[in-house]
Amino acid sequence: MTRVLHAEWTKLRTTGGPAWLFGAVVLLTAAIGAAAAAATRCPAGLTCPVDPVKLSLTGVQAGQAVVAVLGVLVVSAEYSTRMIQVTLAAVPGRSAVLGAKAACVAGLALLAGALGIAASVLAGRLILPGHGFAAARGFPVLSLSDSLVLRAAAGSVLYLGLIALLSTGIAALIRDSAVAIGVTLGLVYLFPVVTALISNATWQRRLERYTPMAGLNIQATTGLRSLPISPWAGLGVLAAWAAAALLAGGLALRLRDA
Amino acid sequence: MTARTAVRRSGPAAAAGLVAVLRAEWTKFRSVRGWVIGMIVAAILTVLVGVFASGNASIGCGSRPNGPQLTGKACLPYIPIGPGGEAVSDSFYFVRQPLAGNGSVTVRVTGLSGRYSDGNSQASAAGQGPAMTPGLVPWAKAGIIIKASTRQGSAYAAMMVTGSHGVRMQDNYTGDIAGLPGAVSAASPRWLRLTRSGDTVSGYDSADGRHWALVGTATLAGLPVTVQGGLFATSPQYLKIQPFFGGASIQSGASQATGIFDDVSLHGGWPAGRWAGLAIGGGNRADYPAQGGGYRQAGGQITVTGSGDIAPAVTGPGGGFPSSTIEQSLAGIFAGLIAVVVVAAMFVTTEYRRGLIRLTLAATPRRGRVLAAKAIVAGAVAFVAGLAASVLCVTLGVPRQRAEGLYILPVSGLTEARVFLGTAAMVGLAAVLAVALGSILRRSAAAVTAAVVVVVLPFLLAVAVLPDGIANWVLRLTPAAGFAIEQSIPHYSQVSTVYSAAGGQYPLPPWAGFGVLCAWTAAALGLAFVLLRRRDA
Repeated sequence: MTRVLHAEWTKLRTTGGPAWLFGAVVLLTAAIGAAAAAATRCPAGLTCPVDPVKLSLTGVQAGQAVVAVLGVLVVSAEYSTRMIQVTLAAVPGRSAVLGAKAACVAGLALLAGALGIAASVLAGRLILPGHGFAAARGFPVLSLSDSLVLRAAAGSVLYLGLIALLSTGIAALIRDSAVAIGVTLGLVYLFPVVTALISNATWQRRLERYTPMAGLNIQATTGLRSLPISPWAGLGVLAAWAAAALLAGGLALRLRDA
Repeated sequence: MTARTAVRRSGPAAAAGLVAVLRAEWTKFRSVRGWVIGMIVAAILTVLVGVFASGNASIGCGSRPNGPQLTGKACLPYIPIGPGGEAVSDSFYFVRQPLAGNGSVTVRVTGLSGRYSDGNSQASAAGQGPAMTPGLVPWAKAGIIIKASTRQGSAYAAMMVTGSHGVRMQDNYTGDIAGLPGAVSAASPRWLRLTRSGDTVSGYDSADGRHWALVGTATLAGLPVTVQGGLFATSPQYLKIQPFFGGASIQSGASQATGIFDDVSLHGGWPAGRWAGLAIGGGNRADYPAQGGGYRQAGGQITVTGSGDIAPAVTGPGGGFPSSTIEQSLAGIFAGLIAVVVVAAMFVTTEYRRGLIRLTLAATPRRGRVLAAKAIVAGAVAFVAGLAASVLCVTLGVPRQRAEGLYILPVSGLTEARVFLGTAAMVGLAAVLAVALGSILRRSAAAVTAAVVVVVLPFLLAVAVLPDGIANWVLRLTPAAGFAIEQSIPHYSQVSTVYSAAGGQYPLPPWAGFGVLCAWTAAALGLAFVLLRRRDA
């Protein structure tokens, strides 16, 4: 398994795409988070219904799209170049191949996520107090020593890792990169949009609790009582989706010809 | 790929005109089964998600005393239709007399006061209605009005003082022109005048009764010779919106306004007759918190008290009854957009992956033509899929919304056509954008992601993640501004309700938002064109 991991890591390291995507995850996560913080102000005299931690971590919404590309390409790129046949000839244990790919891409996503999210928290810490989100008004300065902030930040990193696993599984199932990325982004973006647009509270709650969007509850630090699902349980729902995708992808890889 | 035959058919490379290139690209598109299926899937997904979303409104409106719980259609009051075909609110207290021919009515307003319930009705003794606090809602209105008849929804023009928007001239429910600013009081009275001449009614205001200024002129088509004219007062429901993260809590309650008038005079052909009071609308709106009203005449002073509103009907908590719009059935367009973007990006990127692009460019050395042909083919196919999907969504979704007890705010055929064609054009533009991004990035996954991130993600951030202020900027500046083309009911600043993108209200007017999407698409195509010419294939 170590050798398979090493082989997959070498592929990732030596092709140009993943490096670019890694940079894009860091940059996009940090930039969108900082932009959201920079564009939000809390004028004096108003109570602002804003969760400053969640606001600073807005970039995860964009960063996850690039993480999904990373997860899809690590599988789909081999199919488009027929490299997959060489890979599977070299390592007949197909589950090991998918496991190694998933581990590499998840590791990369965790690392990129950690960098991007650290930068986001730093940006929020520097920007928000000057925009009315000051300690005097009940908005403590963002700090990773605050257990809620730490949970939100570390959870967001894990969230990105799980998105990488989800997209890898979907790519193993679908093979074609365009369709796989379309399905992944659909799973990630479609449910929150539909939830925002429908007016039936029961269905809203169902979608908020049981679709991949539940994972982002990990970012909440205010209004914890009114969350549709508790932060860690929400991340667990996303983990279940990722596990199901990997399982389905692994089965497809075993059962189908490459 | 079975494109080779098509390319050969298009004749000598240099002579291939745009039509031949178009035909070649169309042949490529239709002969790849996955792409055709992808476009059909896009339409089906749009319809499925749209119909699911539109059928899931659960409407209840409390219960009548000693009666069963009311839900669905039973909640809907009688909703009048205004002269422009739009649903309107038309309930107020009217102190009127019939006025024949041309003439004018002048009045001095010396006061406007009111009271409202904040919705916390526990404070009141049982059976006595909600407790009322003194105060005016922003759009409480009292003034003079000339109305075609006492029928709800009939044409009118009115001059009025308002709670916090100064003097206004309003006509036919949607018209609203500002006059003198500031609040009215005994120390600072306002003189108002309406002059009728045929079909036109002019409104004037004055702060001293001597110097008059024209506020506006309304044309009321087909105004009968004898109209109902006089004094009115009305007051829409009190609304307090307290936003919190991810939503808003809304308090609402009934309100009432009282206007104090003196020096009522009729000029021109209008002889002074007797005033008679009449409540217009009011009790027939089951859940609209109208409080009724009345009037008192003492000495030269007339005091009119009324509740309700004379304004266009809107969605949201300010609407007074559960209502929706046709575009609320189009939520599925996001599912369709993702599928369309996947197909359109593949239409370009597959050629790069297979190396077919070199053959294509050898057959048509004018590379701009290839890009244009691909954009036209993908855009047109997506347009057709989007049109079919949006028409189906509304056709299937609107009856489902009605069955749940939602009143669908009526719109003109022209507006409906704009919503359908605009939505289809938006889907088409998204396909063109994906073609451009595919040509720039050359990789399917990157192109699809870029297209989804610039079109769908900003909308998601605006409706579900970001605070209102920046959300509106996101919907002005990003390609997601294009969703404004779906908005069928305009923003009426003279009605207080929750105006949000999730509720179908965009910060830009429909065509302006669509223009922003067009500009982004044009910029991406331009970049793709330059890169296609400069880079090796």
